[in-house]
Amino acid sequence: MINVLAALGRTTLSRLAGLGRAFFILAQAVFRPTGAGASIRLLWPEIYSAGVLSLVIVAVSGLFIGMVLALQGYSILVDFGSEQSLGQLVSLTLLRELGPVVTALLFAGRAGSAMTAEIGLMKATEQLASLSMLGVDPVQRVVAPRFWAGVISMPLLAIVFSSLGILGGHLVGVDWLGVDAGAYWGNMQASVDFRVDVLNGLIKAFVFGIFVTWIAVYQGMDLIPTAEGISRATTRTVVYGSLAVLALDFFLTAMMFGDY
Amino acid sequence: MKTRAVEVTVGAFVALGLAFLAWMAITVSGLDFSPADDEYRVSARFSNIAGLKPRAKVTSAGVTVGRVDEIALDPELGMAVVTLALNGKFDQFPLDTTASILTSGLLGEKYIGLRMGAEFDYLIDGDEIVDTQSSLVLEELIGRFLLSGSDD
Repeated sequence: MINVLAALGRTTLSRLAGLGRAFFILAQAVFRPTGAGASIRLLWPEIYSAGVLSLVIVAVSGLFIGMVLALQGYSILVDFGSEQSLGQLVSLTLLRELGPVVTALLFAGRAGSAMTAEIGLMKATEQLASLSMLGVDPVQRVVAPRFWAGVISMPLLAIVFSSLGILGGHLVGVDWLGVDAGAYWGNMQASVDFRVDVLNGLIKAFVFGIFVTWIAVYQGMDLIPTAEGISRATTRTVVYGSLAVLALDFFLTAMMFGDY
Repeated sequence: MKTRAVEVTVGAFVALGLAFLAWMAITVSGLDFSPADDEYRVSARFSNIAGLKPRAKVTSAGVTVGRVDEIALDPELGMAVVTLALNGKFDQFPLDTTASILTSGLLGEKYIGLRMGAEFDYLIDGDEIVDTQSSLVLEELIGRFLLSGSDD
């Protein structure tokens, strides 16, 4: 009985300690940036590996999801004779939900896992310890630029995703299935509101960017520095990151669009 | 990867994202950068607005002339006070204009229809539309029908 209680207490304490370390890393990455010039120079390569290298998978997924949405939406809308509102369906679905969420899931898998593995390997090969010995704070030098790169890249990637999805919807809906081009764009413009739909989608992408990158860098900093530890931490980044995105999406949607 | 090349590709990536955002603003959401037309506000009292929401359309002869800005309750009279924001372009509504709450289609959303009167003076900011017609509530309609049936 006492042993069970002790095990429970030990698990709780270690979870709480982990949460504390995660918040500590976040606070250090956000509130103690290095000198502006140096951190900008460190930022470019990280935006390149998190953002630019994710561009291809995000663009291709966006295009195909837009095309599938148009195809599925058309087959239902045509039954009610309202295939004219295909543009509205495709654009609102992408801007409000699929754009930010799917981009964040892809981002967790493509960029988040790479971040965790990279930081983890630095830890395993004692590069982080060497940095500390040289008097360089590894959080500022390694974690902060990666964190900001993720936060900056996510909204940009989500915009690219949604835009290409809308173009893909045009490709299938207008060019293939024969919806009128004027109706596609006109209904879209009439129903999409810049502040309500586009900006709220961007805010979602921004929040997802914060959480996915945070989880990725924390898992990298906190892992057990062995081959097995790195592989476990990388898996955890993708699993926790995806779960966090899906759960947060519900709350953000309820806050943004739930006032009925 | 050379620093220069990294900077150029990152710059191109950011520019691409911003370009798509601008495209989204203009083509997808139809954002209008020209200064907003000035609006003027008139209020109208309804005994029942069931289903009318803020941002709903205000139309006249089917043409959108404004939107519902605010809905409040007048506790003394027990009536709903609806503030309409009308586009400054349409400033020639006579004082005896009628406002009624209509439904688009059978299941559509509620909107306000304005029917012009015959007065020579026009509504200006802060005026009140006196002649209003509330939305039809199905339950009340059925109730009235049943009552009139029992009189015979």
